[in-house]
Amino acid sequence: MADQIRFLQGNEACVEAALYAGLNFFAGYPITPSSEIMEQMAVRLPRLGGKFLQMEDEIASMCAIIGASLTGSKVMTATSGPGFSLMQEALGYAIMTEIPCVVVNVQRGGPSTGLPTNVSQGDVNQARWGTHGEHAIVAMTASSHQDLFAVTVDAFNIAETFRTPVILLFDEVIGHMRERLVLPQPGEIPLVERLRTAVPRGVDYHPYLPREDGRLPMSDFGGDHRYNVTGLFHDMWGFPSDNPQVVHGLLRHLVDKIQNNVHQIARFKEYYLEDATTILVSYGSSARSALHLVENRRNRGERLGLLELQTLWPFPYGMVREKCARARYVVVVEMNMGQIMREVKIAVEQPDRVFLANRIDGVYITPTDIRNILRLIQGKGV
Amino acid sequence: MAVKDYIRERFFPHMLCPGCGHGTVMGGMLRAIENLGLTKNEIVMVSGIGCSSRISGYVDFHTLHTIHGRALAFAAGVKMSRPELKLLVPMGDGDALAIGGNHFIHAARRNIDITAIVMNNRIYGMTGGQFSPLTGYGKMAATAPYGNIDQAFDTVALALAAGAGFVARTTTYHIHQLVEIMEKAIDYKGFSVVEVLTQCPTYFGRRNRLGSAAKMLEHFKNTTTPMGSKAKQENPALIERGIFAQRDLPEYCAEYAKIIEKARKEA
Ligand SMILES: Cc1ncc(C[n+]2csc(CCOP(=O)(O)OP(=O)(O)O)c2C)c(N)n1
Ligand code: SF4
Repeated sequence: MADQIRFLQGNEACVEAALYAGLNFFAGYPITPSSEIMEQMAVRLPRLGGKFLQMEDEIASMCAIIGASLTGSKVMTATSGPGFSLMQEALGYAIMTEIPCVVVNVQRGGPSTGLPTNVSQGDVNQARWGTHGEHAIVAMTASSHQDLFAVTVDAFNIAETFRTPVILLFDEVIGHMRERLVLPQPGEIPLVERLRTAVPRGVDYHPYLPREDGRLPMSDFGGDHRYNVTGLFHDMWGFPSDNPQVVHGLLRHLVDKIQNNVHQIARFKEYYLEDATTILVSYGSSARSALHLVENRRNRGERLGLLELQTLWPFPYGMVREKCARARYVVVVEMNMGQIMREVKIAVEQPDRVFLANRIDGVYITPTDIRNILRLIQGKGV
Repeated sequence: MAVKDYIRERFFPHMLCPGCGHGTVMGGMLRAIENLGLTKNEIVMVSGIGCSSRISGYVDFHTLHTIHGRALAFAAGVKMSRPELKLLVPMGDGDALAIGGNHFIHAARRNIDITAIVMNNRIYGMTGGQFSPLTGYGKMAATAPYGNIDQAFDTVALALAAGAGFVARTTTYHIHQLVEIMEKAIDYKGFSVVEVLTQCPTYFGRRNRLGSAAKMLEHFKNTTTPMGSKAKQENPALIERGIFAQRDLPEYCAEYAKIIEKARKEA
């Protein structure tokens, strides 16, 4: 048991989790504050017979992992804001071609080069809408290393289950902070392995023909079956098509396979919500300060609760609406100008009860920051 | 196997313009594959976006049609993941050397075992005849209506300087040489670059008043010469054809296999 306890950075915990999930291919390009992930991968992967590539940029990194995933590898890349911007076109390709992959964005301050070593949660909407065209996407986050581990493993599972890219939207504080992690035993967290086709070699395989349950079995590219993959709209054989029926069907499929499974994909945690009159909604490192404040005020009898989101996209509107139904104040705590607050406003019955407690100056939001804003909202002054 | 066994006949007739040289390049490549006795299952073709990139749809290999300029990066992922596969990457001159220029030089530098075929028609065909990095000074294009002031790359010199192990050039007129070079390039263990001068009668030909496809082919005959020929010494403007390098260099996947061994020993 003792050797299962580690004291490490969030970025290192992410590496442990990815390897636990069966990652065997990583490509990346260095950028603060995510570089520790690729440095660790360079050490660990070859020992396990896996492949590590340092590419010429983030575009190439994203393309390389997609190619590797298609051939049957479990893949990941890691970056931060500027690199995440560069990955957007290829991310859309992975969405369109339904190739599982995990993309870590350890957020830093933006826009542009911004604040390379400071914390921010400014890429929430970029994760949702960064690539062009209508689409759905999965993006997840965590506020502690233990959760980060579980969420990362889940990201790989969701990527395989739904044949989709999954974005892990961590932040500088989580990435660099050191804390305890109890490494789960092998088998403790279930793993979803790739669903491979049962169609034998030499028999026609349709790469984009869903089974009855909607899942699309894959065939390792370069293996038993020859087929085509394209970023153009395509039919069930993978060949280009602009037939309106085919186009409509594919786009609906790409969106529905995610949106219709919000419940399965949504991860969240709740603290003291039963009788809470003020609910904080938060995620990532911000949720640590939010929880600290909630526990502190609970000790003084204040009816404060926390809803911590771990899945940001698809946004769990129904769940948020239900959890916040009885609150007088809903305060979204985040380090941007209200990217998740806007979604919470859409979710709840009375949007004018939703407020923002934020910091956008590159400084980590503290429990005191939240408390001061809370007092203003509640009309108590500072 | 005959050449026609390598194609997806149901998609013919193809979408290329009459007289387009891209079909000739594809034919030459397939003949080379036939001569090498390769099976369809061991070949992966990765392409980007452009008229040239569309040939991946017509061949019955494992085919991956990706995004503009990035085919070599996708190919690197496929190759590293499954080094036993043969990787062919046909690219337009814009695809390979404008938007994809960075990936091109870095794939060459790594000497990863991929065959890159640069189908150089000196124009952006698919988007309607804008100039490419290989159009050349003084030529006409949709976006160079007063004559192009961009200088062209020399693909061969670029590939050599970037470290590609195998570098060759030919044209769609020199079909025997095309097949022979393709064979050697595909067989070569490392990054091989084959530049094929090919005609786009629709845009480059028309804009520059080069006449029919046949005339453009004749132009290739008259403006090129075997490398090191006497004709080149007499007329330096001639473009050399042939194999410029076939070097014995460490190949990337083989090197990585050694890294795995080393890491396992030290672990
Ligand atoms: C990111 C991006 N930018 C621009 C385009 C538009 N585009 C498609 S093909 C092409 C150039 C085609 O020229 P080339 O690569 O030389 O190939 P050819 O069509 O001449 O064979 C361009 C600019 C695109 N598809 N993607
Ligand atoms: S536009 Fe030019 S390159 Fe494209 S198919 Fe026509 S002739 Fe070939």
